Amino acid sequence: MSTYTTIKRLLPKGRCLILSGPFLWLLVFFLMPFIFVAKISVAEAELSIPPYTAMFDWIDGVLGIRVSINNFLWVLDDPLYVQAYLNSIKMAFFSTLFCLLLGYPMAYAIAKAPKEQQTVWLLLVLLPSWTSFLIRVYAWVGLLKNNGLINGLLMWLGIIDDPIQMINTNFAVYVGIVYSYLPFMVLPLYANLVKHDNALLEAAADLGAGHFTRLFRITLPLSINGIVAGSMLVFIPVVGEYVIPELLGGTETIMIGKVLWQEFFNNRDWPVASALALIMVFILIIPITLFHRFQNKEANL
Amino acid sequence: MIGSKLSFSKFMFWFGIAFLYLPMAVLIFYSFNASRLVTVWAGFSGKWYVELFQDQQIMSAVGRSLQIAFYSASSAVVLAVMASIIMVRFKKFTGRTLFSGMVTAPLVMPDVIIGLSMLLLFVAMGQHLGWPENRGMLTVWIAHTTFCLAYSTVVITSRLTEMDKSLEEAALDLGASPFKAFMQITLPIISPAIISAWLLSFTLSLDDVVIASFVTGPGATTLPIEVFSSVRLGVTPKINALATLIIGVVSLVAIGSWFFTRKMNERISAQLNVD
Amino acid sequence: MTSSEITRKNSRAQDEVLLSIKNITKKYDDALAVDDISLDIKKGEIFALLGASGSGKSTLLRMLAGFEKATSGKICIGSEDITHLQPNERPFNMMFQSYALFPHMTVAKNIAFGLQQDGMAKADIDARVSEMLKLVHMEKYAKRKPHQLSGGQRQRVALARSLAKHPKLLLLDEPMGALDKKLRTEMQLEVVDIIERVGVTCVMVTHDQEEAMTMADRIAIMDEGEIQQIGTPVDIYESPLNRMVAEFIGSVNIFESEIIEDEEHFMKLFCPDIDTDIYVGRGVSSGIDDRNMLFALRPEKTFISVEKPDMDHNVTEGTVEDIAYLGGHTVYYVKLTSGKIVQCFLANTERRAERPDWDEKVYVFWQDDAGMVMRS
Repeated sequence: MSTYTTIKRLLPKGRCLILSGPFLWLLVFFLMPFIFVAKISVAEAELSIPPYTAMFDWIDGVLGIRVSINNFLWVLDDPLYVQAYLNSIKMAFFSTLFCLLLGYPMAYAIAKAPKEQQTVWLLLVLLPSWTSFLIRVYAWVGLLKNNGLINGLLMWLGIIDDPIQMINTNFAVYVGIVYSYLPFMVLPLYANLVKHDNALLEAAADLGAGHFTRLFRITLPLSINGIVAGSMLVFIPVVGEYVIPELLGGTETIMIGKVLWQEFFNNRDWPVASALALIMVFILIIPITLFHRFQNKEANL
Repeated sequence: MIGSKLSFSKFMFWFGIAFLYLPMAVLIFYSFNASRLVTVWAGFSGKWYVELFQDQQIMSAVGRSLQIAFYSASSAVVLAVMASIIMVRFKKFTGRTLFSGMVTAPLVMPDVIIGLSMLLLFVAMGQHLGWPENRGMLTVWIAHTTFCLAYSTVVITSRLTEMDKSLEEAALDLGASPFKAFMQITLPIISPAIISAWLLSFTLSLDDVVIASFVTGPGATTLPIEVFSSVRLGVTPKINALATLIIGVVSLVAIGSWFFTRKMNERISAQLNVD
Repeated sequence: MTSSEITRKNSRAQDEVLLSIKNITKKYDDALAVDDISLDIKKGEIFALLGASGSGKSTLLRMLAGFEKATSGKICIGSEDITHLQPNERPFNMMFQSYALFPHMTVAKNIAFGLQQDGMAKADIDARVSEMLKLVHMEKYAKRKPHQLSGGQRQRVALARSLAKHPKLLLLDEPMGALDKKLRTEMQLEVVDIIERVGVTCVMVTHDQEEAMTMADRIAIMDEGEIQQIGTPVDIYESPLNRMVAEFIGSVNIFESEIIEDEEHFMKLFCPDIDTDIYVGRGVSSGIDDRNMLFALRPEKTFISVEKPDMDHNVTEGTVEDIAYLGGHTVYYVKLTSGKIVQCFLANTERRAERPDWDEKVYVFWQDDAGMVMRS
């Protein structure tokens, strides 16, 4: 009986220990930071260290709370910022679409490959994403430049006389995004497609469905979870993408990640940067919830 | 009938592969070019590699980044194993929704937001608690551990879900304490996933430029930050040489670990997939 | 089953009670998985919990093993209350349905695992492991990993592992669940043989009635978290207490009927489906006002013939609706004049004998002691 009581006393303790480790870490280092983002987004920029006004001050026994919504008004009033948000969403949407159009057939091809070859094919798709993201984006600079490889090749072949402007355009940014995020689309799609029972397609064929019918009435509807997961895995980070528009985009490419970076590092306006981040989180809440729900659904299968 | 559609998807697959690999091939090719210009081939040369290794700034950034990646991956994996147990084995506790939300959100949260929010936290903590005193490798390590934790948890959770729960029960039934059952049975069985999670975290940490730019401090420039500041100015052959080395190492490690985990998986899943 | 087999089996069990389950209840949220079950397990017997999936049998077994906590009630060995002991503190071992052999350990290490937890000396462990390997005829496979074994071999290892620690009680969870049908019959006898040699008390869970009847001394039929009947295989089959038990084990024809006469040595029933009265060679002496009774008749005890048998009760007329030839016997589905379909088995003792044909008019009849009567 005594061993039983000691064990019982110890058990919830072990459980709590396991629970508290990651829970506390995420609370302190993931959730809490957003509280500070919110706090600083209602401060005002100031030439000091850190460069913003304090929220609370204590003068002669009077607690003063200073909350300013100027940053939000400023951001929402300035067409540059609004344009940056809209443009980011637009570019993220089209990049996701391009990734889906290229990634779906790729994932399908892997899922339909012989079982023992599937991991090799998948590895082939994933391998580039394990090498440096930065360097892969940088590789396109050499390809797309005016005196870069593609223009050089086209001019050498006599197809064009003057180089086509590709670098520093939206086109280059799209190429860079699709290139970098393609594996994130392929992986969840593959994971979903590989679980499909081939007998379903055979049954559909047996009932007289041609392959377009089979694709649109069987395969696509069944892979909706994979499509949602892959799309969210591309769409959400791309909205806040900084490195790709910075390296491949030009003045026409105004994306919110880049604007936030400039506000923070170049203008040292932390409160406006925080307001920008907060609005971005607000915009992304719906897709993030969608992604989260999908993750849970997959985990519970 | 199915053949014609397969050939389309197969074509797209190889098109996608070509799209993924050609730029890297070009990069590798030109890292051996004697000329500075991309379009001109001036003969084979290893001089950019020599220059790379002589660049003290890059070399010390490499060392620093490897160190951060090692520590971040290790701590992230330890936390991720705990987080996975929580996600898979603790079905009900208060705050479960909050917890699973916090675990998955960093997967998709844009880097600029994570970077900015963590920096603001560190600044506020430094101000009010006096810790961390200033930003540097420690703060980068914390930030990297946080987002690597999310990726590692996904990898380990999927393996733990697959695992037959009765294996643990059998160990308990045979007299092992819960802790012993975990160490002797569960841990060895999920070890392939733990290794892949560690490797994934290591490469993610080694690759991050945005978050590190926010949370690092003077004297703690990581390799990606170094590379980023030089490629912003245009094509530099030294970076081509560095890229070639990175691609080479990653390919070797990836293929090696793939072989390794495949062998382990084969052994283990052969038993698990019996019925 | 021959009568000598029954006596042999009965001699295995002793009268001493090893384990008693007292008013055990398990609730999940609001669903009642196990509903106030009390049960004694005798020393040395093989006891089977038989039921469909969702009947609560697995939950009950898992509560014995300690994987599920009882909502209320007690589990005792002798006078010791073990209800709240953790699985690793109970002197019970379990053979899992999936066998749960540790994939990263050899056969020998798997068997040694439980012994190591007790801190046994290495030499003793080795001796015990080889003893167990010998018991299950797996000496040659000591160094193999589980995935290098066949299904039957895995089961032997799982059994050896669960017996290695001399458990007071062996728990078997669907012991043949992972085997194909042919291997199943073979292993059932082998497992019983090993259990008998070791002399361990055993509680098993199964949904396969044949398995329960082959292996167990006593069977508890479970349904919706309650025990419907406990008894030997013969009791359960020949004297089911209610309709659920009768229908769960084997096939049965059930007639809703009414008592006309109830004496000490016989009773007469009236059933609208049957042309004559039903005469039963024993009485229930109920004395209860409710005269409604169920009359149950096993198909192998229901005979058919084309000529009218010379009987003034227990006989009725019908036409052959369907015939299923199964090799060993043929099942006739006879439609009575009331429209009710009755199953009769006809043993194929002769090759290609003359048999009633489709749509032929036949008489269905049975012996006075063939039927079973029950209240519900």
